[in-house]
Amino acid sequence: MTAAATSGVLVVAYTPRPDGRAALHRAVEEARLRGLRLVVINASRGDALVDPGFAPPEDVAEVRTWLESTGLTYELRQLPSGAEPADQVVDAAAELDAELIVIGMRRRSPVGKLLLGSTAQRVLLDAACAVLAVKP
Amino acid sequence: MGDIGLLLDGFATAMQPEYLLYALIGVILGTAVGVLPGIGPAMTVALLLPLTYSLEPTASLIMFAGIYYGGMYGGSTTSILLNTPGEAASVITTVDGNAMARAGRGAAALATAAIGSFVAGTIATVALTLVAPTVAKLAVQLGPQDYVALMVVAFLTVAALLGSSPARGLASLAIGLFLGLVGTDTLTGQQRFTFGVPALADGIDVVVVAVGVFAVGEALYVASRMRRGPIPLTPVGRAGMTREDWSRSWRPWLRGTAIGFPIGTIPAGGAEVATFLSYSAERRLSKRKEQFGKGAIEGVAGPEAANNAAAAGVLVPLLTLGLPTSATAAIIIAAFQSYGIRPGPLLFQNESALVWALIASLYVGNVMLLVLNLPLARVWVKLLQIPRPYLYAGILTFAVLGSYSVNALAVDLLLLLALGVLGWLMRRYGYPIAPAIVGLILGPLAEEQLRRALAINQGDPVALVSSPFAIVAYSSIVVLLGVGVYLKRREARASAELAAAQDRHLVGEQR
Repeated sequence: MTAAATSGVLVVAYTPRPDGRAALHRAVEEARLRGLRLVVINASRGDALVDPGFAPPEDVAEVRTWLESTGLTYELRQLPSGAEPADQVVDAAAELDAELIVIGMRRRSPVGKLLLGSTAQRVLLDAACAVLAVKP
Repeated sequence: MGDIGLLLDGFATAMQPEYLLYALIGVILGTAVGVLPGIGPAMTVALLLPLTYSLEPTASLIMFAGIYYGGMYGGSTTSILLNTPGEAASVITTVDGNAMARAGRGAAALATAAIGSFVAGTIATVALTLVAPTVAKLAVQLGPQDYVALMVVAFLTVAALLGSSPARGLASLAIGLFLGLVGTDTLTGQQRFTFGVPALADGIDVVVVAVGVFAVGEALYVASRMRRGPIPLTPVGRAGMTREDWSRSWRPWLRGTAIGFPIGTIPAGGAEVATFLSYSAERRLSKRKEQFGKGAIEGVAGPEAANNAAAAGVLVPLLTLGLPTSATAAIIIAAFQSYGIRPGPLLFQNESALVWALIASLYVGNVMLLVLNLPLARVWVKLLQIPRPYLYAGILTFAVLGSYSVNALAVDLLLLLALGVLGWLMRRYGYPIAPAIVGLILGPLAEEQLRRALAINQGDPVALVSSPFAIVAYSSIVVLLGVGVYLKRREARASAELAAAQDRHLVGEQR
């Protein structure tokens, strides 16, 4: 029923945190299983001086080495565009006509969610395709 | 020995809960703005100046002193963990501080910076306590012509030593002096550079200028180079200071204090020069020269002690002569003026309670800063995660509110914007801001003294250079500028070697 095996795209939202790594690992499994091309997005609004969700160069290099070793076709996007990370992920998925989005979830207190919002929630609500939410 | 009694009285005032609270607010704000690059104590004091008009002078000056000291503590945190200086006086700390953090010894670097700042701040405050009253007693004998000489010295050294080149410093000073001239001449009632605009007849308010060039200028500057992406933060690490770190740190702390305090007292551009001098002294004296640039703890301990000692040193000419030698000091002078108090030799007599409470609060503030900074560095770093649009929107709101509240004139807001563009241009093309602020505030004072000196001597300009003190002061310009050029060259050499060391470091990493 699915489209040709190599043409589909899987978008994964990556952060250098346990939840982001869990998402990446699961995404690799899924991509292998379904024969999808992997698009890794490390999103940041890029307007704060420090963003713990933004992978530093060493981490990016590590991720790249690991992805090379899996033998999958992949693409890594890291571009502080000024947009909310959730929008960046959803927009990329729409642009690539992705079949699946994989995101990591982390525990955040109700107050924290009220103040900071939830990227995961926004991806779940806004995405046009299936979303797989992974816990670390 | 009457000073000790006065100091104890000062402590009695400063320890009152109300003043302790203001000191706490000051040091918290100071640390916060110290941590945030681009936002410094001078800008913060300028932003808060209109808000504190309703406070009594002691409370607001205690708060401003806390901000001034706090900025010196906070700057090191950013330097060490982000490899970006939080303050100009922490530039040199980035080198070895960040190298230490990358080697997993961030906690030790932060600790030596905080404890060194405390040791230096306390010793330098003791020195301030001892030196300032003596200087004030001597300064009472100075005549107007002597003040003119002193101010000329301050103008020239500040312009020559702050910023990248003496020409740029002098240009910036000239901008400040010009802005200080706008308004009605107090002696003849003539309007100067007002272009017939009635709102300018009272002159441009210091708050509008300072907030415009610092806050609005900085906001425009940040907005103009926004999309750079986040900077990786080096983790703090767990290991604190070892016994070896302590034994390697205490001498640099004391040497940094000994270098910083005198440099702060002479008009040599505040704390920056002192940090570079301390760094090169430490490297020269160290048995482990090869470690410098790769995480030598002495390279953090010395300069961080020196900048706090210099901050205390700057207060000596500020309180005794009314002579600001850094941008923050200049704005503190403006704060004094807004309360109708003239900093100068008579301050210790006329406002004795205020001055001693202020000095006592410096001791208290140092203890607070040590407590705030030593265990809480990780918390302060969280400030860097604030999205900058929020931060600068807040600053601009404060800037506009503050400038409007001074005179309740809409023209001031246009001036604010124009001065903001000026501040952005100055920053963009590498002109230092501090000489402009010093010129703006010291210019009218210098003019007043100059005219008084000429009036006393029936307009004879030779009187300006005939008093013994004036002769000493003018000849000291030559010496100071000579020393300044030497210091600058050292600084340049130190930074060149630093760049080389960092290149080597990067090459090493790539291998």
